[in-house]
Amino acid sequence: MHKALSFAIGALLLLSACSSPEQPSPGGPQATGGPGGPGGFGARRGAPGSQQELEASAGDRVFFAFDQSDISPEGRETLARQADWLRRYPNVTVTVEGHCDERGTREYNLALGERRAQAVKNVLVAMGIPASRISTISYGKERPAVVGSTEEAYAQNRRGVTVVN
Amino acid sequence: MTRRSRIFVHAFTAALLVLLYAGASGQAELRIDITGGNVAPMPIAIPALAGDGPNAQTGRDIATVVSADLERSGLFRPLDPHSFIENVSASNAQPRFPDWRQINAQALVTGAVNAQSDGRLRVEFRLWDVFAEQQLAGYSYTTTQQNWRRIAHIIADEIYKRITGEEGYFDTRVVYVAETGPQDKRIKRLAIMDQDGANNRILTDGRALVLTPRFSPTAQEITYLSYGSGAPRVYLFNIDTGQQEVIGDFPGMTFAPRFSPDGNRVILSQAENGVSNLFTLDLRTRRATRLTDSEAIDTSPCFSPDGSKVVFNSDRGGSQQLYVMNADGSDVKRISFGSGKYGTPVWSPRGDLIAFTKIDGGSFFIGVMRPDGSGERLLTRDFLVEGPTWAPNGRVLMYFRQTPSDSRGYGGSSRLFSIDLTGSNQREVITPQDASDPAWSPLLR
Repeated sequence: MHKALSFAIGALLLLSACSSPEQPSPGGPQATGGPGGPGGFGARRGAPGSQQELEASAGDRVFFAFDQSDISPEGRETLARQADWLRRYPNVTVTVEGHCDERGTREYNLALGERRAQAVKNVLVAMGIPASRISTISYGKERPAVVGSTEEAYAQNRRGVTVVN
Repeated sequence: MTRRSRIFVHAFTAALLVLLYAGASGQAELRIDITGGNVAPMPIAIPALAGDGPNAQTGRDIATVVSADLERSGLFRPLDPHSFIENVSASNAQPRFPDWRQINAQALVTGAVNAQSDGRLRVEFRLWDVFAEQQLAGYSYTTTQQNWRRIAHIIADEIYKRITGEEGYFDTRVVYVAETGPQDKRIKRLAIMDQDGANNRILTDGRALVLTPRFSPTAQEITYLSYGSGAPRVYLFNIDTGQQEVIGDFPGMTFAPRFSPDGNRVILSQAENGVSNLFTLDLRTRRATRLTDSEAIDTSPCFSPDGSKVVFNSDRGGSQQLYVMNADGSDVKRISFGSGKYGTPVWSPRGDLIAFTKIDGGSFFIGVMRPDGSGERLLTRDFLVEGPTWAPNGRVLMYFRQTPSDSRGYGGSSRLFSIDLTGSNQREVITPQDASDPAWSPLLR
């Protein structure tokens, strides 16, 4: 029963992600092929407390506007779900990765990625997750999620990704 | 980590510089004035240096490397050896100048390669003014066989200096990041090569992401960013030993390192809690000194060549711009006021200019401005050009250019280019693999 319910929530979130004007399209976790792979959304729930489960039940990432590190309302919703999920697994620790698109200088983007990762961490901490459970790392423009020199790719690459340690 | 990978850097054991013959003093002016824009390259004849047996090949090889160096500068036009009339056999003999005037050579290089009894090479060369029929320079060098390329670069530097009046930059190396693999899983390794692309060597194994290498003033050490310990940290790499070590004991990420002009300190950025500030780290005491304390991103710091000032970029005013301050962090002044954003400022070794990357209207530019922000000139524009580095004479810049990639990952290649300070003579610097983040060494001697 519980399982079926959370699956329904997951599907709902996917819909809202796709319809949100601020989310990069084709948005949603399945487009980005994280550790969970490109499998169907509900098909791979992953083990409890796993990265796959985080992706499926909360979404693992938030997106940023060009050269910005503000968390959007949609991003805040994602982080609220992440905070809920993290409360369910008090022993899980995470690393927030900050990333940028390729339209900045390398060193500035390292700093901007750190600022984005910190912005995600700050929201999670404000939502009650202990800071000690969250570390941050910046990859600047070194690890794009989506290859390509297009605005669509850039929008998906300007991101903060929560990764289960 | 390849803690002890063998890096072969031969100590340069040349007994150098015997002045063969001082040319007639300063009035014969065979000279290229390089202060202007497009100069017509000077026709110069560089026949093979004379030599017997195996030294004949070395003499040909040296002439080839000297010709290539001078040609790449854009200031010289080495003449086709097939056009040569005189077959120069000994460097000390007076050339038959009419033979060289007939093919319109303005300058002529003669020389010889001899093996000494200890097996070392003795290389001598003379530079002649063909029309004045005068010797302009003459030197001999003694070195080991395997150092012949360096001798060639040193000869090219002497010719460049004698004719342009400025120091050369051919006896130098470039450290850079060699890139392989797809854009989203790029493998990056430190690499080093001679300025002309010869002797390319990979220094790190690619397991750790590495970025932004920069030479120490002696060119014996490199400071760079590595993810080798998991978190991004500033490292030192010793070229002689291959030793890699984290420097500094900072919380958070350290990045954007450069040496101070005396080599005793590294200036860098430290990021924590969403802000990046500038520090110097004394390499002897390992003590860190804070230079900025802003709530912004302060990064890409670079000392002036006299060590008295620092230029950096910061978004403290709302967008990424260039600032200059005293080396102790006092008296911060914004210097960039054009449209767009400015990053990666690098002070010229001559002190007169600051090179930068500019992002404006969807394009990237490499440009220069004076240290007070006046006289901005953009040298090149492209989809993505970034990271200028100066040749030690402050006349030439190197940078990298990345092409756009499509959704399947095609394109996106990254290559090194050099360009004259005037914006002319833009050339690709050939590397075996994709390349980024070049840093030019000082003159090696």
